[in-house]
Amino acid sequence: MSKIHGSFKHTSGAFTLDAEFTIPNRGVTGIFGPSGAGKSTLLRCIAGLTRARIATLTVGDETWQDESRRVFMPVHQRSLGYVFQEASLFPHLSVRENILFGFKRIPAAQRAISMDQAIAWTGIGAMLDRMPTGLSGGERQRVAIARALLASPKLLLMDEPLASLDEPSRAELMPYLEGLHRDLSIPLLLVSHSLREIARLADTLLVLRGGHVTECGPLQSLLPRVYTESGAVHEDAFAVLDATVARHDAPYHLTELQTVFGPMWAGEVSAVSGENVRIQIAARDVSIGKAVEAQSSIVNQFQVRIASHTARPPGNVIVALVPVQAPEAAPLLSLITRRSWDQMALEIGMTVFARVKGVSIVR
Amino acid sequence: MDSFDWSPIFLTLKLATVSVVALVILGTPLAWWLARTTNRARVVVEAFVAMPLVLPPSVLGFYLLFLLGPNGPIGGLWESWGGPRLVFSFTGLVIGSVLYSLPFVVQPIQNAFMAIGDRPLEVAATLRANAWDRFWSVAMPMARRGFLTAATLGFAHTVGEFGVVLMIGGNIPDSTRVVSIAIYDSVEALDYPNAHILSAGMFAFSFVVFLIVYSMNRRADTVAR
Repeated sequence: MSKIHGSFKHTSGAFTLDAEFTIPNRGVTGIFGPSGAGKSTLLRCIAGLTRARIATLTVGDETWQDESRRVFMPVHQRSLGYVFQEASLFPHLSVRENILFGFKRIPAAQRAISMDQAIAWTGIGAMLDRMPTGLSGGERQRVAIARALLASPKLLLMDEPLASLDEPSRAELMPYLEGLHRDLSIPLLLVSHSLREIARLADTLLVLRGGHVTECGPLQSLLPRVYTESGAVHEDAFAVLDATVARHDAPYHLTELQTVFGPMWAGEVSAVSGENVRIQIAARDVSIGKAVEAQSSIVNQFQVRIASHTARPPGNVIVALVPVQAPEAAPLLSLITRRSWDQMALEIGMTVFARVKGVSIVR
Repeated sequence: MDSFDWSPIFLTLKLATVSVVALVILGTPLAWWLARTTNRARVVVEAFVAMPLVLPPSVLGFYLLFLLGPNGPIGGLWESWGGPRLVFSFTGLVIGSVLYSLPFVVQPIQNAFMAIGDRPLEVAATLRANAWDRFWSVAMPMARRGFLTAATLGFAHTVGEFGVVLMIGGNIPDSTRVVSIAIYDSVEALDYPNAHILSAGMFAFSFVVFLIVYSMNRRADTVAR
């Protein structure tokens, strides 16, 4: 399978990026980390906007950088699309001229995306003849995405594309990003400080801390570890699972999903039977019991094994729960109090019942 | 008015036009380098470019006379290659004007280039534009206001020069006798009516130039907002 492999060592002031990673050359890779972890620097190094002096980068079978052989492909020769935090549209060009900037500069034979396609995906058809100054933040970012797509990139890089937007604009842009993931086969590297954003979009998760890659792998299995191994307890932690739509219970407006934990009922979704969806379960919506509770409003109960828990819990503990039959599967997370943990005498390896109150489908 | 001599006016406009064209051609790469370089020599070059702002024109004129004169290091070499005399000629005036007005052209262009920042150029690079392409398709159009200001100020400042012209140009009709010299001459000859006409013309010209520059800046600000 085609991969992207990179290794960068770059010092700027007091900060040193020393990152090495291998990720699939397809799907969405979320680059997550606290501010100052080097997320943007890493993305800039991948694009070639910052030249790390000790570095290698291969994208599929192309070498973009290998400093040991003094190979450095200049940015303008790399087939990439870059979306910055601020849309950074050219102020002297109309929306149409902006999106055609890259398009005009690649040979017709290499154009993988037509102008009509890019306009349709980003919904900017009505603003083509306007100047960037008159656009809202969300509109500008959509133009920036269309502009990057029209350069027919083999790799899309997005640096916090939603961070500079207000909540309504963010909500407006999110479906477009999801649409890109669904309809395009271009690998996308998405930098974000929001795990929620990454969980909605990404397949692969890369975690940066202090300039180092601390985690890198499939999102579903890594996400719980990010929560349980970081010193702090995230009150809004959640797990992401893959599921298949099994059937609908129309009278009750419910949908049954097939998951690795067993059948799970969720609020009715529009997806048809057999369709694969991604679901999110908040840790605060999962409680732990030692036996099946028959008289309960909670319908989703699963026998699970305690895989791990937060290392240094203050008042609350986040517990990772895996199916008894499939301990390697992506776990559920449960947020319980430290007192419950002690009173129930829970310990790692114990078999318990997870009760799931809320399931939300993200795509 | 039959006897009014238009030649100083035409000569002044010709000198200012030729000087501005030369200044923009020479000043643009210099301003680009000053705006983009991280080289520590930058401040030294900046200081040299700014010096005509404070240096008495007679100092500049004196050094030019020395350097460009037939026995000077540059003038001597030039004439030994068969070049025409530089001092007391139109060419010499253009050289003097270019140096004298250099800060008025380089500084607005440099400021305009710096105001663009790195981002638009980085975006252009990710959209397959090479360095040359980025300069022409992003930097130049985004800095166009700076060019307008630079050309206007350079033109006006050249029209207003006196000391340098006096030192290296003298007072040769149709060759170096520009308006400012003609005014000085008229006063010396007690021809006050002629001095009045030329002075009032210069006065009105300077006012109109700045009126245009400031109203353009104001309009551009309003549009940007």
